[in-house]
Amino acid sequence: MADLSELDDIPGTTVFTAQRSRKGYWLNQFCMSLMKADNRDRFHADERAYLDEWPLSEAQKQAVLTRDYNAAIAEGGNIYFLAKLFASDGKSFQDAAGSMTGMTPEAYAQMMLDGGRSIEGWRSKKEGR
Amino acid sequence: MARITAGLTTSHIPAVGAAFDLGKTETDYWRPVFEGYDWTKQWIRQNLPDVVVLVYNDHASAFSLELIPTFAIGCADQFPPADEGYGPRPVPVVEGHADLAWHLAQELILDEFDITIINKMEVDHGLTVPMSLVFGKVDAWPVRVIPIPVNVVQYPPPTGNRCYLLGQAIRRAVEAFPEDLNVHVWGTGGMSHQLQGPRAGLINREFDMDFLDRLIHDPESLRSMPHLRYLREAGSEGIELVMWLIMRGAMGGAVKELRRFYHVPASNTALGHLVIEPAG
Repeated sequence: MADLSELDDIPGTTVFTAQRSRKGYWLNQFCMSLMKADNRDRFHADERAYLDEWPLSEAQKQAVLTRDYNAAIAEGGNIYFLAKLFASDGKSFQDAAGSMTGMTPEAYAQMMLDGGRSIEGWRSKKEGR
Repeated sequence: MARITAGLTTSHIPAVGAAFDLGKTETDYWRPVFEGYDWTKQWIRQNLPDVVVLVYNDHASAFSLELIPTFAIGCADQFPPADEGYGPRPVPVVEGHADLAWHLAQELILDEFDITIINKMEVDHGLTVPMSLVFGKVDAWPVRVIPIPVNVVQYPPPTGNRCYLLGQAIRRAVEAFPEDLNVHVWGTGGMSHQLQGPRAGLINREFDMDFLDRLIHDPESLRSMPHLRYLREAGSEGIELVMWLIMRGAMGGAVKELRRFYHVPASNTALGHLVIEPAG
């Protein structure tokens, strides 16, 4: 049987396992609905009302309303689904990914220009490497 | 008989598609990315295949959480570009090759690869960005395409070994097709990148270089690489690299490296690109 505990040993990383997929099912399906222009218009006209049409937890709704992507992922969201949300805001993957790091957009962009985040220190929590 | 004459790998970063569509290919940031494909654009004009078997992952566009096929094959005549939240990319509709696709589906299933048959599907940046990079801006794509979407969104994706074996089975199936067709197999996605969480922006050049070398010269050694190693070393989205093993399995034994290009950054990602052909 697969031992999934190792997946949680990777720092700053959430792997989209079955458990998370089940938790985030409706959050992710809400994101899918934003692939239709009519739905995007309705959502942006009244985000709370649109979210209330979906069987989401309050924590999931708050994560969407505040565009807190780390919180959305903690609530079962998957980044490829959440991409429909930030794309509908006119945001790029770099904007969204950067927002999850605690860095300013400028500092994140500069880190990428400098070759990206180094793997050193980001491999394993328990091994501290 | 149909034959596989070349393999190609490339990243399929959505921002590359956006830069292409918005006419930003000549900016200081994007020019080096697009120039990296100049060689390939020339090469493919002289080596135009009839059909590209294009291995990619759908990014929650055609497949939501309602339905998650591990391996699937597009058997339709046409595949329109998907609306991923900002309107469909302004690129031509992708023309399929239903005769070969249905043949592949039949042969693969009888060869014990239980692949899902798709007769209606929209294709997202995972498929259309590689097409734009290789063929540029065109009114109609110059090749037919058989999409092979692979699940790498929901854990677990298929193992690298399974991907490699599928590639070998694709080769057998293509070679059993009676019509004389020139076929390329493309593997897309990668290389190292992470799009989520506090570790976002991860790039591991050392891993990527080793992966490229082994993919060309020692693919057998990649068959046993566990998911954990991809996730740890290449980032949560670097797991897309298992799809490159489908391409490599389809090339058979030794290959000749025709082109290699590696560039950091393209948005959040290390862009990697190879063109190879079966040796001998």
